[in-house]
Amino acid sequence: MQHDTAAPPAARHHHAPPRGFWRTHVFSVDHKVIGRQYLDLALVAVCTGMVLSWLMRLHLAWPDLPIPGLAKLSPNGAAGGVITPEYYLSLMTMHGTIMVFFVLTTAPFAGFGNYFLPIQVGAEDMAFPRINMLSFWVTLLAFLVLIASFFVADGPALSGWTAYAPLSAVGKDAGPGQGLGQTLWAVSIAIFCIAQLLGSLNFITTTLDLRTKGMSLARLPYSTWAWFITSVIGLVAFAVLLPACILLILDRVAGTSFFVPAGLVISDRLQPHAGGSPLLWQHLFWFFGHPEVYIAILPGFGIVSHILPVFARKPLLGPRAVIGSMIAIAFLSYTVWGHHMFLSGMNPFSAMLFSVPTLIITIPATIVTLLWIGTVYGAKLRFTTPALFCLGFISVFVSGGLSGFFLAQPSTDIYLHGTYFVVAHFHFVMGVAAMFGIFAATYFWFPKMFGRMMDERLGKWHFWLTFIGVYCVFMPMHYLGLAGNVRRYAAFTDDYLKPLIPVHRFITVAALFTGAAQLVFLYNLVRSRFRGAPAPANPWEATTLEWSTPSSPPPFDNFGGRPPAVAHGPDEYGVPGPTGDYVMQAAPAAGAGAVAGAGAD
Amino acid sequence: MASSEARPVETGVWIGIAAITMSFAALTSALVVRQGSAPDWQHFRLPPILYLNTAVLLASSATLERARRRSARSAGRADAPEAALRAGVAATLVLGMLFLSGQGLAWRALAAQGLFLATNPSSSFFYVLTAVHGLHLAGGLVALAYVWVRLRRRPGTAARRALGATALYWHFVDGLWVYLLSILSLRV
Amino acid sequence: MGKFFAVVLTVITAVSTAIFAARVWWLPADISAHGAGIDRQLQETMLAAGVLFVLAQLGLAVFAWRSGSARGAPRTFPGGATPLVVLAIALVGAEILALTFVGSKVWAAVYERPAAPDALKIDVEAEQFAFYFRYPGPDGAFGAIHPERMSDATENFFGLDPAHDPAARDDIVVPTLTIPVNRPVALTLRAKDVGHAFYVPALRIQQDFVPGLAIPLHFTATETGKYEIVCTQLCGLGHYNMRAYVEVVPQEQFDRWLKEQATQQ
Repeated sequence: MQHDTAAPPAARHHHAPPRGFWRTHVFSVDHKVIGRQYLDLALVAVCTGMVLSWLMRLHLAWPDLPIPGLAKLSPNGAAGGVITPEYYLSLMTMHGTIMVFFVLTTAPFAGFGNYFLPIQVGAEDMAFPRINMLSFWVTLLAFLVLIASFFVADGPALSGWTAYAPLSAVGKDAGPGQGLGQTLWAVSIAIFCIAQLLGSLNFITTTLDLRTKGMSLARLPYSTWAWFITSVIGLVAFAVLLPACILLILDRVAGTSFFVPAGLVISDRLQPHAGGSPLLWQHLFWFFGHPEVYIAILPGFGIVSHILPVFARKPLLGPRAVIGSMIAIAFLSYTVWGHHMFLSGMNPFSAMLFSVPTLIITIPATIVTLLWIGTVYGAKLRFTTPALFCLGFISVFVSGGLSGFFLAQPSTDIYLHGTYFVVAHFHFVMGVAAMFGIFAATYFWFPKMFGRMMDERLGKWHFWLTFIGVYCVFMPMHYLGLAGNVRRYAAFTDDYLKPLIPVHRFITVAALFTGAAQLVFLYNLVRSRFRGAPAPANPWEATTLEWSTPSSPPPFDNFGGRPPAVAHGPDEYGVPGPTGDYVMQAAPAAGAGAVAGAGAD
Repeated sequence: MASSEARPVETGVWIGIAAITMSFAALTSALVVRQGSAPDWQHFRLPPILYLNTAVLLASSATLERARRRSARSAGRADAPEAALRAGVAATLVLGMLFLSGQGLAWRALAAQGLFLATNPSSSFFYVLTAVHGLHLAGGLVALAYVWVRLRRRPGTAARRALGATALYWHFVDGLWVYLLSILSLRV
Repeated sequence: MGKFFAVVLTVITAVSTAIFAARVWWLPADISAHGAGIDRQLQETMLAAGVLFVLAQLGLAVFAWRSGSARGAPRTFPGGATPLVVLAIALVGAEILALTFVGSKVWAAVYERPAAPDALKIDVEAEQFAFYFRYPGPDGAFGAIHPERMSDATENFFGLDPAHDPAARDDIVVPTLTIPVNRPVALTLRAKDVGHAFYVPALRIQQDFVPGLAIPLHFTATETGKYEIVCTQLCGLGHYNMRAYVEVVPQEQFDRWLKEQATQQ
């Protein structure tokens, strides 16, 4: 076989510039367009998920409150605008599903990763641009199928984003939300799995094979490392969820009994199933589900590790330990899934087998946290909005991570399982920390993506309102959990829960307030697109390859046909360079001349 | 050190292999758990045509491997064995389609015995595993067709690379079938 | 800005910690024999997590404060990354060892050990959306469960067949779990339709029901009183309303109650 030894690998993937509106803006194979499409999808998803959470919180605080317009959307679920218990559970299921899959797996990974990974490794595009385009449209299809379930007669699925069998597997007899809505849920997620696998394919291949000259693995930006590691986790995790969803669909529509045992009596009707195992669904789901939460947070690790040095004007403390910790977390993430199942009826002797690695995983997580904090030490931090969101990320990740200690131990989980303590934990790490990573990435990369700056003042308002707001929303949930407040309840009618309703009202008000604060972000986003101040080529004085592209946004092939040669690491800050206290990755090796970055002219 | 000259297509196939392996690992563990979770597992005899199908599939790997080696040996040489390569790919395609038809016949044989998808967990897994494998094999057939067309329209390094990558995938799907047959004959 | 961040973070840390420490909202009093171990484990973890929480957040706050007025070239953390990595491994590792060593015993006491041989045996049936409890009656034997005979309409929650099954004739089926104080109780949990769970915060006990399985759960209540049993496994629209009560009564009162129930069946 011949090898093209003369041309650098990137040139082998040269594709012609797109022509025409549709090929340029809609059915584009350009990873940058695809990345933006993913981000737009995630934006729609997060707005939807946020509205769902408002509806949930309003109902919990004021159960009889009629909500205007809701009756139109769901005449059965919200007659007169008052949310029924089953509709509450549907809203909750859709909230979780949309947020986990279409926001947290999409924005930081498929969105920003697609946009910036090829650029950061110095490639012209992803390894398989057409498969990349396909993966977006398949994701969009999955989203549309899920949203369609809002409009079916029986209502959307209500078994939670975790869809435990038999509730999710038996079909309509189990009640409202368990008809077509649940089937659509399973179909949507199965489609999503396929899209994710295609995405991982591109991320991994591009990182391994398309790095430009001089871009060794050791010089990869931390965000690229994080996207690469995340895509490996995703490859294995989604490859397991896909068959699980297929088996669930078969139980629902084809009369099989993978997850449904014999002898079930629902609504006084004996179900025809044979000896399936509900625990089998839990094992399959959580084997995916736990790595999934690391898929949600690791890009944030990478983004914070990438952005913090830029504004601290010093390198990341302990880069090898940070990368090693991310890899360790990836490995360990496959050994801990049973900590979701301590009380599930699985063999209790296996509890400690899962608890120990769960606790051990806190070690690499602690390492990266301490190293970030150590990076801030001794820095003259430039307190821009992205920097503030990085600091906020560290704070909320600490808060969310520490509550994990309680849930990782079976003994304390006996009390805290199924309570609001769990809700507090995963919202802090996923709903807040991961979101802060997305915000940091947005404010940081907006100038490169759109050639304009976001408004700093609005950004800071957004940060402060959100930072304080999220603590007001989610810190009290720990207290509710300690008091034994059960989660996934549509209303609090138990004697011991009624006194806690004022806390819920406080949380609801804080949630609405914090939600409203996001309007500042949305306004900033839209306004800056069209009226933001024009961005200089390298507004943050950062060193990685995305800041060496000839324009903002970069041209269709990223580097104008001249792939950069890399001679430096990703965070050479606080060192004397040609234009300041930094040296670009694409700058010539020391002593080879003083040109600041290839492509800058 | 810059990234190696590894061909992205081949890397991609390896990644695909990893994912597909994980999916079938999940299905295997589902089978094992389901078999142990209730006493309702009914064993049945595998339709004998499966063994014939296996031989056909192994033969298809042989024809493809011969083509791949011929392609590798003749790289950079003046003679163009494109016709021979195409013949090998075509043979594999035909044998692959024969395999799929044989699988269809196996399904018919089971149905004739009254064993359908929902009849029993053992038959459920039989149908699911063979169907999912068949789907992946069909994907391989599409790849083979593409390689055949490519070798004809635009022979060269890229076409040969595609042949190599497809051969890798095809051998994997073949090996996967041997594994599935073993599991099925041991468990079903 | 750095100072402002430090102040806000310090306030958040102080307020959160104070509310935890003051136990404004806390666990209900423990009324179980095994609960002391759980409470101790919880307190230990709370202390460790609390210390780490305060140290990490305040550390971040201090560095952010100082960062605002830092002068000159940036300084690396003294010793570089190594002391922090070592600290993380040593500190967290030690904490993990301690918590696991003690915690595993607490867990084992409830979930890995069988019930006392003289424990009072009670069956629990969970369904959408209620719990029912079954006592074996004077013959000390439970009747067989027949799912095809289960019916809410005829209140045959356990699918009993008293006509053909002598052991079933004297089974006592009630909607409230009445148990004697200071006596080991051995429950067997069955669900007839979907997954449910049994949770009594005061008893420090929780366990999922899995359809198709009969799951054992044992405990001893150490105080009399009436406590709520709530469902913690999402089971459908009535999940929030699915509850029963456990009444812990003195032994003599329990014996009388049991005798009364036996005559009523």
